[in-house]
Amino acid sequence: MDKTLPSLSEAVAGIGDGSSIMIGGFGGSGAPIELIHALIDAGPKNLTVINNNAGNGHVGLAALIEQGRVAKLICSFPRSADPKVFTDLYLAGKIELEIVPQGTLAERIRAGGAGIPAFYTPSSYGTDLAEGKPVEEFDGKHYVRERWLKADFALIKGELGDPFGNLTYRMAARNFNPLMAMAAGQTIAQVSKIVPAGEIDPEHVVTPGIFVDSVVQVADPKQEETLNREGAVYP
Amino acid sequence: MSDALDTIKLSNAQIAWRAAQDIEDGAYVNLGIGFPEMIATFQPEGREVIYHTENGVLGFGKAPAKGEEDWDLINAGKKAITLNPGAAFFHHADSFSMVRGGHLDLAVLGAYQVAENGDLANWSTGKGGVPAVGGAMDLVHGAKRVAVITDHVTKKGDPKLVERCTMPLTGVGCVTRVYTSLAVVDIVDGHYVLLEKLPQISFDDLQAVTGAVLKTGETIADLVVPEV
Repeated sequence: MDKTLPSLSEAVAGIGDGSSIMIGGFGGSGAPIELIHALIDAGPKNLTVINNNAGNGHVGLAALIEQGRVAKLICSFPRSADPKVFTDLYLAGKIELEIVPQGTLAERIRAGGAGIPAFYTPSSYGTDLAEGKPVEEFDGKHYVRERWLKADFALIKGELGDPFGNLTYRMAARNFNPLMAMAAGQTIAQVSKIVPAGEIDPEHVVTPGIFVDSVVQVADPKQEETLNREGAVYP
Repeated sequence: MSDALDTIKLSNAQIAWRAAQDIEDGAYVNLGIGFPEMIATFQPEGREVIYHTENGVLGFGKAPAKGEEDWDLINAGKKAITLNPGAAFFHHADSFSMVRGGHLDLAVLGAYQVAENGDLANWSTGKGGVPAVGGAMDLVHGAKRVAVITDHVTKKGDPKLVERCTMPLTGVGCVTRVYTSLAVVDIVDGHYVLLEKLPQISFDDLQAVTGAVLKTGETIADLVVPEV
């Protein structure tokens, strides 16, 4: 088995107009910047993007939004140090926004990957974000029913990957990445290093390769934070 | 009245200091982004507190020195952090299992308004702009204690402790204690119970800047906080 691909452009080549795409990361940590930039180069538009945030500065997700490729964003916190790209489009009514509490977003994605179509959570009960959602009482407390969340594609970032698609992550860059890997029709992972099968200790595999479709190596991945401090703009 | 309050009220750092005194040794704690993060600065000597950040770290420590940041290692406020011995990483679903599943001892959040029934409004002013909730609606559920730190009144002098929130709710009946710039108040059975107040303010003056009835127990302790 060999899920490795030689280039970023090949990795994103199958993503067409109107696709839904989960993009890993929490802020810049764990954000697959190079895959996002390859997606910008590839050109699909009218995308629905699922991410915790709405990008920062003019690189990565912010650049994808700035290029007008994103029709709808599903996220928990569309604010950042430099949120201008998203904010301007949102206030101009040019991008749709679905706000989801962060834990609910994570659980909806997990549920999507786990074959659980709906679940109940205490989060958002009694708030505007629960409007229109079924509520049920369990053991004297109220809970809101939330639906699973799936996507056509997931773009994620790992540390090590092997030809079977087994992945490890680096520190807090793990965040949404393992969940999104499970919840997408096709999961594309960029990793800092592709190693031969067997080199990742099975005890240390975080995302088993069954959840991953392709792996591409980006040896020295850029950090959104570093790029923004340099004032980088993509493309 | 408002001007007079400004001269006696605690600074944000002092409110954070007071809240830190109640965090017991061995506690698992989530500090909300912004103001609540300051509480970690005032952790009393000799206590070991394990801090949780919802983006997937337990046991983080102080900020790194400038230039030593690793941007894969950040907290929920997207600030660089370091790890303490015994730290652990996990993904977002596990992280929020720790929150909603009742595994945290304490969550501390900021507030626009807190109501006497424990309702909290802290995510949206309801005045338009870009809505953003983050983890706030999850963090108010599950921790054994959910505390708020806040100024006692708004910049205009309006009470932030109210009978019922008028701003969009973050959660219902979730707050158990409020540390303000003038007092420490518990929420018990749908009422405020005053535990401590600054000795420089009378009960009546405190009640006058509080939007709901302050009940009292047998004693009201002095809220005494060092200059920090």
